[in-house]
Amino acid sequence: MIVAERKPLEQIEGMIEGMQKILVAGCGTCVAVCMAGGEKEVEILAAQLRMRAKLKGIQRTVDEITVTRQCDREYLDQLAKYVGQYDAVVSTACGAGVQFLAERYDDKIVLPALNTLFIGVAEGPGQWSQRCMACEDCILDQTGGICPMTICAKNLLNGPCGGTNHGKCEVGDDRDCAWTLIYRKLEKLGRLDYMRKIQPPKDYSVMTKPGRYSHEAYEEAEKKEDKE
Amino acid sequence: MSDQTAPEPKAEPFEPKVVAFCCTYCAYTAGDLAGSMRLEYAPNVRVVKILCSGKIDAVLLLRAFEDGADAVYVAGCNIGDCHFLEGNLRAIRTVAYTQHLLREIGLEPQRLEFFHIPASAGPLFAQRANEMTERARKLGPNPLRSRRTERAGGKLQRQPDPHPPLPEAKLGRLIRHEERMAESQTP
Amino acid sequence: MASNNGSAFRKAFETKDFVVTAEIGPPKGTDISRMVEHIEALKDVVDGLNVTDNQSSVMRISSLAVCRVILDHGGEPILQLTCRDRNRLALQSELLAAWILGVRNVLCLTGDYISVGDHPQAKPVFDLDSVQLLQTVGMLNQGKDLAGNDLEGGTDFFAGAVVTPEADPIEPQMIKFQKKIAAGARFFQTQAIYDVDNFKRFMERAEADGVKIMAGIVLLVSPGMAKYMNKNVPGIFVPDALIEEMAEAPKGKRLEAGIRIAGRMIRQLRDEKLCHGAHIMAIGKEECVPRILEAAE
Ligand code: SF4
Ligand code: SF4
Repeated sequence: MIVAERKPLEQIEGMIEGMQKILVAGCGTCVAVCMAGGEKEVEILAAQLRMRAKLKGIQRTVDEITVTRQCDREYLDQLAKYVGQYDAVVSTACGAGVQFLAERYDDKIVLPALNTLFIGVAEGPGQWSQRCMACEDCILDQTGGICPMTICAKNLLNGPCGGTNHGKCEVGDDRDCAWTLIYRKLEKLGRLDYMRKIQPPKDYSVMTKPGRYSHEAYEEAEKKEDKE
Repeated sequence: MSDQTAPEPKAEPFEPKVVAFCCTYCAYTAGDLAGSMRLEYAPNVRVVKILCSGKIDAVLLLRAFEDGADAVYVAGCNIGDCHFLEGNLRAIRTVAYTQHLLREIGLEPQRLEFFHIPASAGPLFAQRANEMTERARKLGPNPLRSRRTERAGGKLQRQPDPHPPLPEAKLGRLIRHEERMAESQTP
Repeated sequence: MASNNGSAFRKAFETKDFVVTAEIGPPKGTDISRMVEHIEALKDVVDGLNVTDNQSSVMRISSLAVCRVILDHGGEPILQLTCRDRNRLALQSELLAAWILGVRNVLCLTGDYISVGDHPQAKPVFDLDSVQLLQTVGMLNQGKDLAGNDLEGGTDFFAGAVVTPEADPIEPQMIKFQKKIAAGARFFQTQAIYDVDNFKRFMERAEADGVKIMAGIVLLVSPGMAKYMNKNVPGIFVPDALIEEMAEAPKGKRLEAGIRIAGRMIRQLRDEKLCHGAHIMAIGKEECVPRILEAAE
């Protein structure tokens, strides 16, 4: 899932300076799971913004709404009735959700309340780690299910650098060396031959931004329609 | 903390309002005990009984302050004594996090505290109540309090989900191809 | 020593039993007078001079420019090239530039991560890794670029790489070492070694027929430095005996002790024919290299 963190309140305050009516819009998917922008976090942020305004003696209304997802148009439509009543919408979705919301209501000021961090997994309560960079050509089959593009600081494809240090990465002792992990895993699986193969340079052309994708099933249908 | 409590007559000395969220098994029982021991403690404290201190939530704590509490504390069992094993550990984390939220807002984090009060500790219950009242007195009134009558924020707008989850969630359940094939073949 | 045709460094392996290289660290800034002094002092006592490439991710004069300065002073430069700061286009054009400027040797490295240096905010590149960089050099040597396009005139670099004999765990390091050989590395300069017995074991398992191995020698200047490296530099292990030897030397004589130790190790490596040469890194004390070599006699 997408992992994100709440921006410092001060920064959000700066964005809404001078605005009186604020709608905090949450997202009930990834950012709800990582405790950054779900229903509860929306309540917290809205309460904080209200209390802050009172302390500063500012007139401010802050309302809340959380939709299932902000990255699907049908859920964004649920806001249609309300956004007109506000000076700005503060979205607690990931960067993609904020953009989609801003696009859907393009005459409204839409502001980000989160910093989007990475695609990752929950390591334990309140802890997440990055696992994938969306490189568009997955090589996990070659690396024992451990991603060198992500876990290795230098995204090396052919083995550890000279900085590998008793299983830790040269960047910091708090990080595992990806290539020690990969080596151990492949050894366990009896597939060290994967590691002996020279991996060619990554093809970055497939990663040209912005990425686009349409499902084969829909492509086929479209082609057919075109023909008819 | 409700709105019908005495509207402060002007010029009277500041009397803090303190909210104590007490867990059923330890802190609240200690409160009962303090009562039956006829211990006197600050009348400023309003006790809210919660099943377990782990039930406490950052939103709830913020709401208390938003509605004008001068100090708030959560009281749970001693470490290792929680009826729900680790509810008090969660509460400690929630309180620490909420202190951070208060700091961000610009409200003194010292207005919020966590205490361990075992069931048998009637006197400790009274002591903590006095302590927190004293602390609130020193810190002065919650700056949000004067306007507590204005209800905070607007009303919660929530639409019913037009796409409710399927009645029988398939998430997390292994579906074996073979079994499904067999299933689909039975009339 | 420099020649405009082939690599004098490569030839040294043919004519000598034991080849020695040293390291030149480009300065941060345009005053190269001290560096030129070092070049002058070293160029005739060693067979090649490595020029580091923004070493430790600290911004300095480019390796290529300093290689040219070495050629101008009659030395044999070895261009160090890391994957940290350049993508595959920049790496290849740098290599072509090196070739036309007369540089014949290149040491292919991954490079330290950017956060250890003085511009930690910079974007790390790592488009290729060291194995792929070696392959790239191989392509240029065959008159083609990495995309397979023909070059108008190719290169004939003598390409090398590094290996860490004390890496822990050692197995993945050995796998990568073999890949580097397969990718075209013809010489290796190792990370600093201090325990010759460990190094012997490394050489036994290396199965490195046909490639030249040069043991890395880093000059010790104090017992503190040895302890610091043991603790903080991955892949370096200084045995206690050496730390004691450094500590026993009276203050002011410690550098002498370091020179003596380095000389003794080089002598042992050479006399026991443990490897094909030594690469001396006298970081900040380049002027000591001739004395180390004297001590090795
Ligand atoms: S190789 Fe790594 S970055 Fe690429 S898709 Fe697979 S997991 Fe993601
Ligand atoms: S130490 Fe390991 S994870 Fe870190 S950069 Fe080197 S190879 Fe990658």
